[in-house]
This record gives sequence, structure tokens and C-alpha cells, in this order.
Amino acid sequence: MNILYDERVDGALPRVDKAALLAELREQLPGLDILHREEDLKPYECDGLSAYRTMPMLVVLPERIEQVEALLRLCHRRRVLVVARGAGTGLSGGALPLEQGILLVMARFDNILEVNPEGRFARVQPGVRNLAISQAAAPFGLYYAPDPSSQIACSIGGNVAENAGGVHCLKYGLTVHNLLKVEILSVEGERLTLGSDALDSPGFDLLALFSGSEGMLGIVTEVTVKLLPKPQMAKVLLASFDSVEKAGRAVGGIIAAGVIPGGLEMMDNLAIRAAEDFIHAGYPVEAEAILLCELDGVEADVHDDCERVRRVLEQAGATEVRQARDEAERAKFWAGRKNAFPAVGRLSPDYYCMDGTIPRRELPGVLRGIAELSAEYGLRVANVFHAGDGNMHPLILFDANRPGELERAEALGGKILELCVAVGGSITGEHGVGREKINQMCAQFNADELTLFHAVKAAFDPGRLLNPGKNIPTLHRCAEFGAMHVHHGRLPFPELERF
Amino acid sequence: MSPSSFDASAELLEQVNRAIAQRTPLRIQGGGSKAFLGRPVEGEVLDTRRHRGIVGYDPTELVVTVRAGTPLAELEQALAEQGQLLACEAPHLGAATVGGMVAAGLSGPRRPWTGAVRDFVLGTRLITGHGKHLHFGGEVMKNVAGYDLSRLLAGSFGCLGVITEVSLKVLPRPHASTSLRLAMNAERALSKLAEWGQQPIPLSAACHDGEALYLRLEGGEGSLAEARRSLGGETLDSGFWDDLRERRLAFFADPRPLWRLSLPNAVPPLALPGSQLIDWGGAQRWLKSEAGAEAIRAIAAEVGGHASCHGAGVCDSPFQPLPAPLMRYHRQLKAQLDPQGIFNPGRMYADF
Repeated sequence: MNILYDERVDGALPRVDKAALLAELREQLPGLDILHREEDLKPYECDGLSAYRTMPMLVVLPERIEQVEALLRLCHRRRVLVVARGAGTGLSGGALPLEQGILLVMARFDNILEVNPEGRFARVQPGVRNLAISQAAAPFGLYYAPDPSSQIACSIGGNVAENAGGVHCLKYGLTVHNLLKVEILSVEGERLTLGSDALDSPGFDLLALFSGSEGMLGIVTEVTVKLLPKPQMAKVLLASFDSVEKAGRAVGGIIAAGVIPGGLEMMDNLAIRAAEDFIHAGYPVEAEAILLCELDGVEADVHDDCERVRRVLEQAGATEVRQARDEAERAKFWAGRKNAFPAVGRLSPDYYCMDGTIPRRELPGVLRGIAELSAEYGLRVANVFHAGDGNMHPLILFDANRPGELERAEALGGKILELCVAVGGSITGEHGVGREKINQMCAQFNADELTLFHAVKAAFDPGRLLNPGKNIPTLHRCAEFGAMHVHHGRLPFPELERF
Repeated sequence: MSPSSFDASAELLEQVNRAIAQRTPLRIQGGGSKAFLGRPVEGEVLDTRRHRGIVGYDPTELVVTVRAGTPLAELEQALAEQGQLLACEAPHLGAATVGGMVAAGLSGPRRPWTGAVRDFVLGTRLITGHGKHLHFGGEVMKNVAGYDLSRLLAGSFGCLGVITEVSLKVLPRPHASTSLRLAMNAERALSKLAEWGQQPIPLSAACHDGEALYLRLEGGEGSLAEARRSLGGETLDSGFWDDLRERRLAFFADPRPLWRLSLPNAVPPLALPGSQLIDWGGAQRWLKSEAGAEAIRAIAAEVGGHASCHGAGVCDSPFQPLPAPLMRYHRQLKAQLDPQGIFNPGRMYADF
């Protein structure tokens, strides 16, 4: 079932006359940069989920918050749809434009307003890149902990909207755990402060509610993040296993030993081979699974933890345990993991990255299930897994130029996510729902739960003007998806155009 | 005698549905240990305590799922048996339940370093104002499907629904712990804390009582020995932190009303109208004072913080009033999730 906005099942959208709106914007916001010609709009037709594209009606690139304020007031008055976008690196189509909407690009708000080492916080504009915050804090021995793999490019406003994660979440938390305060503009253009400069704020915890709300409740205009002292030392162990089950047991054993690693990653054989072929990280290509375990903190503790973990790995049946001898080797071990996606990309013209989470104990069963589905759909799947926090990234290999393969990849991906839900997990750990997983939301939540989500939306944006159609499916969509799902198990309407 | 595990959700749901039909306000109550906090609620009591027991606990998953009426002490005991803990160190202040802990959202001395109650909430079951028993979030560390209603419920004082079950992230107990007392004035203590905060020192609690700085260090034996050497001071009994968390220190016996000031962590010592105790490394300051709410709040607001009154019946708005636009969105959210206004009306603010 197509995931592009479909008014028939996703709800009717208000119509605006593009020329009239453009004229009004130019008159009321004379300094605002507006793109309206097809060739200028084209680069904005998708975000990081590039298989899906929709041309926005207009793109605006404000440079002052007052412009955003005035824009929102105008759009509210005229009932114009607004889709906010940061750096456009999101993997779930959360910033996928609407044909009848304005794409509000916040990327030009890229100033770091304050780095306060005594208070251990940084106050930044929403377009500031994730990594730039840590770089600005580095002279003080501080850093911003959440590190999504796109951290070179992704912006903090988008991180808030998606509640972005990364490889260090088990120990250091998600974006929501590392925020103090967010300035918001409501759909009506009112300024709201969520959270505070203190550790909490009066009233409901709207900062938590807005984190991961995918630009549907308000527009982020400023973010105050917590900074942490950089760990004194980080060591990484690389363990090889001849079965995924053993690697899974080792993960449980590490936790049971009272150790919370800074990072704990697992890769299966296909991913190991792809990474080794690409990066030459020194991975054991015969292993069925490897674990990368990073231990960070104060020097004396890191050494003790390394010994504890080594014992656990050996007891769990690791065929080999290697500790990176120096920073260069540590970087190399990580390079293999961090380049796993592009490495897998070399095996196949296209790949589709999933983002389900599961209780870790379910890992062996879920991997078996994925292998069976992979055989059933005739598509290879490489598995990369944030083992510490149960976040899986199965990568489905396909060739979009072969008729039907994208559809098969999507259908296989959907099945994998439903498998995650069935064992008590979630369809998305860190990439967000966006449009990509809009149908799988119907598997994770029942109609009453979805209705409550719509009620939350109605409290902040009753006119459905902010990023409509993302994150929460309509009951109509679920009814249709559920109905066809049971009967076919594969996407119907193959004649429908797909992008 | 109540059994240690019992699913009473059906009767709770029935009571809520009756209240919705008759538009009767409900006063949601667990152990009643935080009854002093917030405004008084007129309504029929909905007692969660029959709905109790640990539903699932797998220590290697670092997740426990508990019914709301479970005594907090019982949960802590079960975790301790597996060498784990609730890192937010929530205060009991009486016969606290797990549901009440989440609804009140109060956290203990470890909060600035490991997080608040809300930071450990992974999932909840909730009876809503539409008379449904629903499930949000889950038992996994990462989950961004849909809006994060579970964390929103932390600190919502039952105003958005009845929490019936909660999944919490738990952590291993630190390998080692040691506590210190260093005689120094508040000014020096806060400036030292700002300095240490930028270094990887394994602090997990920091309190100043006007005369001395009290520190707790937690981590591996190696790092503790190192920090102990560089910090100096005399050894302190770790019971101090329980007394601080449970408000049993002599400071709290002062008969004047208790105020909590939540401030940015680098605020220097403040002249406050009464006696004070600094916790959370400076980010939480307790004040015993007869001064008026407006005066106390003006001081807190001046430095970017807020103040709440922790004494029952002292002032009509124990929580800091919200700016008008924010209050409007609070009312709208309340109206959407609890359209009949039956859940703890007025507990947080007179407006809802």
C-alpha cells in the first residue's frame, strides 16, 4: 500500500492557490527567501528516504525567527500546510514535502548561541549540526552525547523532532535525555518554552512529548542541550562467535556482570564480509557474528571492565577476543561498523534499512525469522544491531531497476517490523515513523491508541496544518491496510505508480 | 491482606467508566505519600493499591514491568536481589507506590548525574478519559513510534489518566560507592562543583548544608580510590543520602513551609528568605521559609529557575504558574485526553 500522502485514506487537505500565496508571502515577508520554480524545488523533494519524492508547492528559507513567526501566523490564517525540515537527513520521510504545502527549511539557523562550561550546556539554533555542538564544546573537555550516524550532517532541530539515537544510547540516552530546554513556535506562531535552564519545569513534561513528535506539534526554534565531560578513556573489544545465539548470550552476560558499555554492536556474517571487503578493519570473515564492545570512563575502571567483559565473552564461547591495541586500531574496528551501510551498499545496487527494536533475549528467534523471510522473498538481508539497546538495522538488498524488487523489499521490511512488534518490540527505535512506517503503526497500536495520538495532535494543531500525515496513521488507512494485509500478505495494486 | 500480585485493572477501568458516565471527579491515590504536594482534589477515591505485582523482570534486559499499586519498597527489594536499582532514586516519603512515583515524578540525590524518573520510563498502561485501557511505549530502550505519552505521564499527577502499569529501565548497582564530607562554605562548594562537573569525576550526589559539602562517589574501585585521594575530606556514612532523600535531615524538621527551588546548576549561592539546603550539586535548593510565594518565585525566576511549595495548604498554587500560552496548551491537552475532566481536577493548577 503506497505510503505517499493519499487524501482518500489520509484525509482531505486544504487547497491554496500557489500564485496568490507567493504574492502574499512576498508582500508580507519581503526579506524572506522563497523558492517556487520547479528546478529550484527539485532538490527538496525528498529527505534521506530518497525512494519517496513529492514536490513541495513552495520552499522557504528563513534566516530570522521573526520570519518563521510571521510565516506561521500567515499559514494559520490562510490554512496552508507547513512541513518543517532541518538538514534533510532523516531516514523515514519525516520531512517528505506535500504538494499543497510549504516546506519550511530551518537549516540557515546555524549559530551556536552559547557554550557554557560551568553550567554544562550549549544553547544553539535548530540548524546547527549535531557534531558541531561537540566540536564547539571540545575545548572545554565537554561533548554532546547522542551521536546518530548522520551526525556530520544532521541538525539538532531534526534530532529533537525525531528523538535521534546513535550507538551510545544504552549508557548515555537518546536526544530526549540530553535536552534541557527547547523554544517552540506553535502552529499559530506563538512562542513557547518547553523545559527550562534548570533540570525540570512546572506543568506537564511537554519537552518529552515534543521530542520525537516529527514536527507535528510545533516548530523548534532554539535548543539547549546538556554537555557531558568527555570520558577519560575508551577501549574496544572485538569478539568473534560461530553462532549468533552465542553472541546474543554474551550480550546478556555483559549486562549481568554489571557493566554498561558505552557502545555494544553486533554484525552478522553478511555484514562482516561486506564491511571487511570495504574497510579492511581486520574483521574475522569466517565468524557468524561479531560483537564490538566499547568501554569508556575513568582509566582505572575501564581496565577493570575490560577484564570483566573479556571473561564473559570467553565464557559465552567467543572463538576469539581482541582488544584494540591503540587509538588507530580502535578507530579501525569502529570504521568497519560505521561504514557497514555503505559497505553493504556495494553488494547490491540498492538497500533498504530497517529500524525495529526488540527485547534482546528475542534476538536469535528474530534473526531466524528474518532469515526465513529473506528466503521467502528472495532478497538477501544483512544484519547490523545496536545490541546494547535492542535496536536492529536489517539491511534488505535489492535492485530497484528490476521490476517488483522495491515492492518486495518494502513488503519484506514490513514483515520484519511486524515480527519485532510480535515479540514485544517496536517498529522504530531511532529513525522515526515519518511516512515510511505509517502502515506498520497499524500493527503496533490499536484503534483506540491511535485515536489518543490524534487527540494529542488536536490539542496543539487542531487544523492539521503541521506536517499532516506523518507519524500517526488515520484509522481509515489502517482499516484498508489491515484488510488487504490479511488477504494478500503482499502489496496489492501493482499497477499504481511508485517512486 | 492484599496478595503480592493481583490484576485489578478490570475494576479500575469499571470505576473510571462509571465516573465518566456520571461525570464524577476521581481522586487517584496510591500510598498517599505525596498527598502534601499539589492542590487538594475533591472527588471519589480511586485506589490503585489492589492492582499490584511485578509483571515481568529480566535483569539482563535492564527492564522491569510493574503494576502501579506495587509498593516502591517491594520493587526496590526485587531489584536489589539482582544487584540492580532504580537510578532515579525516587523518594518514598511514606508508603509510596510505583504508580505514585511516576505520577509525582520526584527524583532523589542522583538525579543530575543519572536522570529523573521520566528518563527511566519506557512504557505505560493507562486508563484514559475515554474509558479505554491502552498501552504506550514498551519494554525496549529505544522506541520512537508515535508520541511519547509514557514520559509525558511522569510528573503529570494523575491529571491525564490512571497509570496502571509501567515499564522502567533499571541499572546495575555501582561496583563501589563512597561518601565524603568536606568542610567549606557554599560559595566555594558551588564553584568547586562547577569545576568538577567538567571533569570525569564519578560524582553521584552533592549536597551542601551551609557548613560542609557532602559528596557521593560511585563507580569502579579504581576511579573511586583516585577521586577519594584527590578530593580529600572525611568519610561520611552513606545513610546520609537516604536521610536527604526521605527528608529526615534536621533541616527538614524546621516548622516553616518547605519550598523547592529548581535552578540552573551554575547559579551561585542565593540570599533566600529563610534557611536553605543545597542538593543536586546546586540545581535543587530546599528552602524553609515563611515568605510569600511571589517573593520566593521572583528570586527563582530571576536566575532562570522555578519554585514549588512542598507543604500542604500553604498556597493556592503550589506549582509555579505557567505563562498564558503554555497554560492554554495544557488546558487543551487536558481537554483532549480527559474530556469530562474527571482525573484529579485541580491537583496541579486550578485551571484544570
